[in-house]
Amino acid sequence: MAGIESGLYQLGRIDQLAAQDTPIHRVDPRAKVVTTLVFLVCVVSFGKYEILQLLPFAFFPVVLASEGDLPFGYLGRRLLVAAPFAVVIGMFNPLLDRTVIVHIGGIAIAAGWISFISIILRFLLTTAAALVLIATTGMNGVCMAIERLGAPDVFAVQLLFLYRYIFVLADEALTMSRARSLRSFGRRGMGLKVYGQILGHLLLRTYARAERIYNAMLCRGFDGHVRIMRRLHFSGADLAFMLGWSAAFVVFRIYNIPLLLGLAVTRSVS
Amino acid sequence: MTHHSIEVTDLGFSYPDGTKALDGVTFEITHGESVAIVGANGAGKSTLLMHLNGILTPSRGSVRIGDVPVSKDTLPDIRKAVGMVFQDPDDQLFMPTVREDVAFGPMNLGLPAQDIDARVDDALARVDATRLMDRPPYRLSGGEKRAVSIATVLAMCPNVLVMDEPSSNLDPCARRRLIELLRSFGHTKIIATHDLDMALDLCERTIVMSEGTIAADGTTADVFADDSLLVRCRLERPLVMQGCPVCRGQGVRPRV
Repeated sequence: MAGIESGLYQLGRIDQLAAQDTPIHRVDPRAKVVTTLVFLVCVVSFGKYEILQLLPFAFFPVVLASEGDLPFGYLGRRLLVAAPFAVVIGMFNPLLDRTVIVHIGGIAIAAGWISFISIILRFLLTTAAALVLIATTGMNGVCMAIERLGAPDVFAVQLLFLYRYIFVLADEALTMSRARSLRSFGRRGMGLKVYGQILGHLLLRTYARAERIYNAMLCRGFDGHVRIMRRLHFSGADLAFMLGWSAAFVVFRIYNIPLLLGLAVTRSVS
Repeated sequence: MTHHSIEVTDLGFSYPDGTKALDGVTFEITHGESVAIVGANGAGKSTLLMHLNGILTPSRGSVRIGDVPVSKDTLPDIRKAVGMVFQDPDDQLFMPTVREDVAFGPMNLGLPAQDIDARVDDALARVDATRLMDRPPYRLSGGEKRAVSIATVLAMCPNVLVMDEPSSNLDPCARRRLIELLRSFGHTKIIATHDLDMALDLCERTIVMSEGTIAADGTTADVFADDSLLVRCRLERPLVMQGCPVCRGQGVRPRV
């Protein structure tokens, strides 16, 4: 069950990264969440054959990751793990959409290939931005920010609890799976049937734990509303961070920067 | 509530599946007492504890804390007065950081911000866990988790501390520190435990439970000297009261 173990380790790694102290980590979580939202909206709002205009958006995750002291190798591996989803979504485009729209050096390129690349690019940009957000802010910071920004309390609290107990749940799953493999010899006992029973058992355990947690909350005066204690300070620098990046995204969205640059270069050459 | 006596009268409770967990339990604990509740697995210790601050509602009989009966209307007051430390710290520490977890209770009491800070600092200092303040609970060791879960309850300034197996899963050193810590509290303490040596160290009085009833209630020294009672209730003398295994000395082992 190395999968669960390494998954836990990776989650723990994000926590460690989020605990660093860099200018990016110090930016108010709300500013980062809003900026990332603007980024996401701009990236996904392009037409399905757009590639060129997407490129400038790579600045955001790259600049934040390097300023925030995040290891690129780690981010890259995380992206690769999620990549198959995007590939599966886009992989039929080249087969279904065969209209030729460009010729590059005599090779005809089908529209399907363009939209496939566009999907992959968008996936890379959005996932990288989300990863960078969490690795510079921490899951708790993100939850707190969305709560302060007016998201329903229940939503933020659910996310917090999910993150808090994913470690406990994974630990339990790990123990059960070890107990199983220790008593299964070869392939016996490793079948789907046992797997199903383990899952069911895990569900029941989770249910019992949820009840105990709820009791513990009641004992400490829980009245249906979780109050999160942390004072956030939204400074001028945070505002500048948010407005500066958002403005850049809007400019990237409206103007085709790579094309303009290319035109400017060719004009000056001729 | 000036006198924090705990009065349990003819308490009976059956779980929805019909299992009779408590059957006619009666006792009274006065202010400042430390009482150990011991008994075999399934004797009803945890079920009893859960009645002391109204997590479970009795099928029969009543529980009074001071002059206040435990009922739906009095729950907020009861829970302020009776602090409960659960067996598994992972059930008790549910907030993202230690600081927020300790502040959870005081915030629900509606205290002003500076009072909450003072209470958090004070509670963590008392269990010697100030340095853990900003850590997430899942990154703590077993002993640290236990200390912090006690702090989360102390921060509410309860008059009565109810604890379920506080010394389970601790290494010997952490266990010893826990015992010293609990000894330093002036609260009324009710401790359900299988750690009979801790009961002997901390509690002047012991209640023995067996199959949902009280089998014995007396001074700890007397209870643990009654071998036939201990055997009947699937217990044995605390290790310090058993003979030395090396010298085969004067100590009397219980006959089974």
